[in-house]
Amino acid sequence: MEPDVVALYSQMCKSRLFEEAVTRLWNDGHISAEMHLNVGEEGIIAGVVDHLRDGDAMALDHRGTSPLVMRGVDLVSLLKEFLGEEDGLCRGMGGHMHLFAPELLAASSGIVGASGPAACGFALASQHLRRGKVAVAFFGEAAMNQGMLMESINLAAAWSLPVVFVCKDNGMGITTPSKKVTGGDLSLRAEGLGAHAVSVDGSDVHAVWKEAKKAVERARRGQGPTFLHATCRRPEGHFLGDPLLRIVRKPVDELKTKVGPLVKAATSARGASVGGRAASLGSILDILGRAGKMRKLGRHDPLHKQSKRLSSQERERTDDAIREEVAAAVRTAMQHRMEVGS
Amino acid sequence: MKTMTFAAAIEDVLMHAMATDSRVVVFGEDVHAIRMNLYARFGETRVRPTPISESAFLGAGVTAAMGGLRPIVEIMMVDFIAVAMDALVNHAAKVEAFSGGAWRVPLVVRVACGGGYGDGGQHEQALWGMLSQVPGMKVVVPSNPADAGGLMLAAIEDEGPVIFMEHKLLADYWLDYLADGGRTNLDYDVPQAGALGPVPDRWDPTPIGKAKVLREGGDITMVSLGVALHRCLEAAERLAARGIEATVVDLRTVTPLDAETLCETASKTKRVLVADEDYRGFGLSGEIAATLMEARIPAKFARVCVEGTIPFDRRRETQALPNVKRILEASQGLVEVRKGHAEALPV
Repeated sequence: MEPDVVALYSQMCKSRLFEEAVTRLWNDGHISAEMHLNVGEEGIIAGVVDHLRDGDAMALDHRGTSPLVMRGVDLVSLLKEFLGEEDGLCRGMGGHMHLFAPELLAASSGIVGASGPAACGFALASQHLRRGKVAVAFFGEAAMNQGMLMESINLAAAWSLPVVFVCKDNGMGITTPSKKVTGGDLSLRAEGLGAHAVSVDGSDVHAVWKEAKKAVERARRGQGPTFLHATCRRPEGHFLGDPLLRIVRKPVDELKTKVGPLVKAATSARGASVGGRAASLGSILDILGRAGKMRKLGRHDPLHKQSKRLSSQERERTDDAIREEVAAAVRTAMQHRMEVGS
Repeated sequence: MKTMTFAAAIEDVLMHAMATDSRVVVFGEDVHAIRMNLYARFGETRVRPTPISESAFLGAGVTAAMGGLRPIVEIMMVDFIAVAMDALVNHAAKVEAFSGGAWRVPLVVRVACGGGYGDGGQHEQALWGMLSQVPGMKVVVPSNPADAGGLMLAAIEDEGPVIFMEHKLLADYWLDYLADGGRTNLDYDVPQAGALGPVPDRWDPTPIGKAKVLREGGDITMVSLGVALHRCLEAAERLAARGIEATVVDLRTVTPLDAETLCETASKTKRVLVADEDYRGFGLSGEIAATLMEARIPAKFARVCVEGTIPFDRRRETQALPNVKRILEASQGLVEVRKGHAEALPV
């Protein structure tokens, strides 16, 4: 069986345009505090979610928007949740990091690594109550250093739980390059814990789709968990307003208050050797360099890559329909605010 | 005296402590960015970014302290400490007792806490009551720059484990990082006196376990800490305009609780109101009531706390946190309203 080119493109496009709308609302101050996007990792989400059916579960991390959009959650109710409205998906109680959709067996957490145990529990319930149904856990590569996630992979292997552990690897944990704080290889680690492991280029939704299909089928057959490692880039960094990206984008504005204290600290008597200080500054520059590189999706853009598989007619038709759908959702969700002028 | 922000005061103390004692080390997630100045001065051997492995690096902090270091372990937000509770509950808090007093754990755990900027119930908790419940821990919650610096110094000097809690509304860089993200179109009810204020020219430790009476009045005693303390000060000001005089106590430390100051002020006013940003049940506010009862102080008691999971929606979040309106309403229940002043209380 081959993937449906247009359907996967539509899913990714919907997620992307929706999150672009969310970004505008966030920029305008309608959405409070943090906002973690899935932009850049849509190829991974779409390639996995396409295999899920009623009764399958999703354990989401703090980037739960895209998986829910792709499972068909009403865009207005999601937007209203982000806006903190009483008629949002979770009555404005959860916000974007804590999204829950019981009918989809989808639960989120803002605690890094928490999707591991959550997926195991959903999978255990499936073993008892919904034979053949699976649970998917989404998390970043930095979460792989969280004990509860490693324990979950072992638990899933030991109990042959129908789990697909989806590791979305952008190489950075907030501002920390993951290689710097990670021992060994993640796929080997997962294999060592007893899971089947596979790596894939996350910017190619077809590649993800094919591997996810095998992983989901293995799980449905009762053959235990798979660790699906997929690479990606996230142009917005950790979250909207990522401090590294702010420095990269507007170095003068962002650094004017920071440089003085930094220079003073770096040149103060008593402290590390000159070499030690130089290494610190070098590593700060290295991290800024990584952030700068990351912000350009370029050939790593899963949506762009997929768009080339469509005819221009198909692409335009899809884009137009989705653009209208998202715009309508924003109008509806914002209607109340616009009327009361808040 | 000079003026500093809450965050700058803490950094000033850390700079000094790290420069004078090479055993003081800092580790935690993203400290190269969050503590960039310390990182630039003291290098990566002493300011070390960690993997997202709270249970491992906080557990390691306990034995690093037992092994002779003076670690300051950062758990970005107190909500995340739940992942690493074993290190505190079963180890940091127990080593001194288990070793018959022979071995102590000079560990500082630095965490951001508190709400008021719309980040939802998993990133805005206080949790200081829960952390204070296990014997062997000390927990401090400064409400202004001078105490932030003084309590950090005391925490570093302390021979036992101390959790240093930094309210995000008081620490400008946390608000910038988690709330604004570079935006300038949002407002937060930041208590100015808590975010920026006078600090001593030379730092001395602020004694852990010692509350501070900030205002004296004979009608009611308000007990609080952190941001809620500032809400009490504002409420006290409004009560005073109507002839009701409040004593306001800044606890500064949750455990060990300053029972002496509590009892002394409570016995004078016979009315005690606790404003606590932590959960109401099984926590600090109940502990204060029990302390007063055990001391046989006949006082009317009320509390303004967080009752349930903090709502993401900022409008409901404001209602859920201790605010001036709720404090005034609770005061109404305690203070006999004088004729002609009844309109002063409900807002």
